[in-house]
Amino acid sequence: MPQFDSLTADHALEFPGGYTRSVGPVIGRFLTELRDGRLVGVRTAGGRVLFPPVEYDTDGTPVTGEFVDVGPECTVGAYAWVPRPRPGHPLDRPFAWALITPDGADTAMLHVLDLGVFEAGAKPPKTLRAGLRVRPKWRAERTGTVGDIESFRPDVTMINAPVRADYRLSAGRALSRFLGGVAQGRLLGHRCGVCGKVYVPMKGMCPVDGVPTTEEVEVPDTGTVTTFAVNNIPDPRAPDVPFVSAYVLLDGSDIAMVALVAGLPADEVRMGMRVRAAWRPREEWGQTMANIKWFEPTGEPDVPFDDIKDHL
Amino acid sequence: MRDIAVVAFAQTEHQGEDSGLSEVELLAPVITEVKQSTGLSRFGFTCSGSLDYLAGAPFSFVSALDAVGAWPPISESHVEMDAAWALYEAWVRLRHGDVDTALVYGFGKCSQVVREDGESGLPELMTLQLDPYYLAPLGPDQTSLAALQARAYLDAGHKEDDLRAVAVRSRAAGRANPYALDLAEPGEEEYEVAPLRPSDCPPVTDGAAVIVLAAGDRARELCERPAWIRGIDHRTDAHAFGARDLARSESAALAGERAGARDVEVAELHARFSHEELILRDALGLGDDVRVNPSGGPLAADPVMATGLIRIGEAANRIRSGEAGRVLAHASHGPCLQSNLVCVMEAQNHG
Repeated sequence: MPQFDSLTADHALEFPGGYTRSVGPVIGRFLTELRDGRLVGVRTAGGRVLFPPVEYDTDGTPVTGEFVDVGPECTVGAYAWVPRPRPGHPLDRPFAWALITPDGADTAMLHVLDLGVFEAGAKPPKTLRAGLRVRPKWRAERTGTVGDIESFRPDVTMINAPVRADYRLSAGRALSRFLGGVAQGRLLGHRCGVCGKVYVPMKGMCPVDGVPTTEEVEVPDTGTVTTFAVNNIPDPRAPDVPFVSAYVLLDGSDIAMVALVAGLPADEVRMGMRVRAAWRPREEWGQTMANIKWFEPTGEPDVPFDDIKDHL
Repeated sequence: MRDIAVVAFAQTEHQGEDSGLSEVELLAPVITEVKQSTGLSRFGFTCSGSLDYLAGAPFSFVSALDAVGAWPPISESHVEMDAAWALYEAWVRLRHGDVDTALVYGFGKCSQVVREDGESGLPELMTLQLDPYYLAPLGPDQTSLAALQARAYLDAGHKEDDLRAVAVRSRAAGRANPYALDLAEPGEEEYEVAPLRPSDCPPVTDGAAVIVLAAGDRARELCERPAWIRGIDHRTDAHAFGARDLARSESAALAGERAGARDVEVAELHARFSHEELILRDALGLGDDVRVNPSGGPLAADPVMATGLIRIGEAANRIRSGEAGRVLAHASHGPCLQSNLVCVMEAQNHG
């Protein structure tokens, strides 16, 4: 802070209308080609191609008059990620400055690298790296300035293809009965009259014996994890990534069903863990398995492997 | 040819915000200080380094002469560069042999470069020094360009933690230096421009510095332990970043080689961004046994246009205090360490 009552005034330094500069034949040629949507470099006496063109090589030798088409394919060298653009910057959302060397050139140009739309303050995207292949994005109206290139954009390496087909599915007799039970908070199955195994949900037949099943059995909503997988790809039905999908062998049934397991860190789920269904509030129930959000640990001791080894 | 030595150095207690003083008011006390410490009131030559763009007025450096006292007319010159280059010009002038003393000063009041939104406009101001055809129209600010060089350096096989270590050490040293800013230990910070964080960047600083050079016997009369300039050289790289390897500094290496950058105990480097210190250490061949920027360096106080001269003054102080026998000072200007000056000083006068 001022040590005394100091007078201050706002002040601007400006050339109203801008400062007029002549560009000469070398830079002028480059800017003229740029206005026409072409990238050119200039050849040095030693055979290198300087881009953007300048009048002298770095060793002081004048360049030749030979202009060479370069690009449009270019490679990124050094780069700087701007998480919060400043007022004078060319984009008002995060972007990178980059040294960009067109194919066929031996030196690089500083320009803007547009990697897409990011929130202010975003961390550098993983796609940003030296060696990235890019091409210029030209402005529709060009005037012969370095800004005739709006930015450089990465080459197309992926597309996003929409996929969708619509259906109206019938659950069938057995599943309708099962989901009717779920709508009341009950888990129903069938016992096979031949092998005695209990299937939850029931199919109305025993896939082992190939016979119809009709004996209805109700099982509790507790069970045992027989095996599981940790998923790192988000799924709208699951809690946060990573989430766990597991085989849960309900008590009294012989065939495990696939369900989500939550309520503990993914890396603490284990084979043999005892779990109980976590039901949504009753007023949200319908004829759907979504009534059960997922299964959660009961805290009981784990079941020995030998007791579940036939249910993997 | 007579040897030239630094015989006096003074600097302001640098400020991180506008104290309300004008440039001349910043400068006058330090010039008075060296006049008193040397007993000199007139100098054979006077040379200054400053930047009119910091004041927003052409020829603003002329009014700074009010702080010197220029009547009857003095022999005077100015460089629109860091005042370390003014010192180089004064050194050349003294080598002519017809004058024995020179006054060199630099000043910068960065706090008054303020954007319309009230934030510091110093990073944008530095855009005006760039090539007006290919660079300035895009609007790259000084921090963005430094970050570009930092990335080139990291991609050559270094780690971001190396940058953090420079920032932490520089700020700690600055807190111990009464002339530098009192900046907190860096904590968790978002990127300013990745890979640089705010503590990797120089603080906006107001300040001034002055050095008196003297030749031969005159130096011995004016100072008990002069810091003799054993070698001084400056070199420049291409302005176009795309035409040079940003991970290295060839011009610093060449200037260092010609100035005799070896066997030094202390080095004061004009490294305004963390990675610049590391690039300069490589270029100048400074080993782990060399104390680098014990003053805190530019990361602890950066009065632009005086920052490089302060490096020479701080390094000379290590000689004058008897702490070191051979020291190195470095100054830089232009984007991405474009130009570099190296000055090697010794306690021993071999001339």
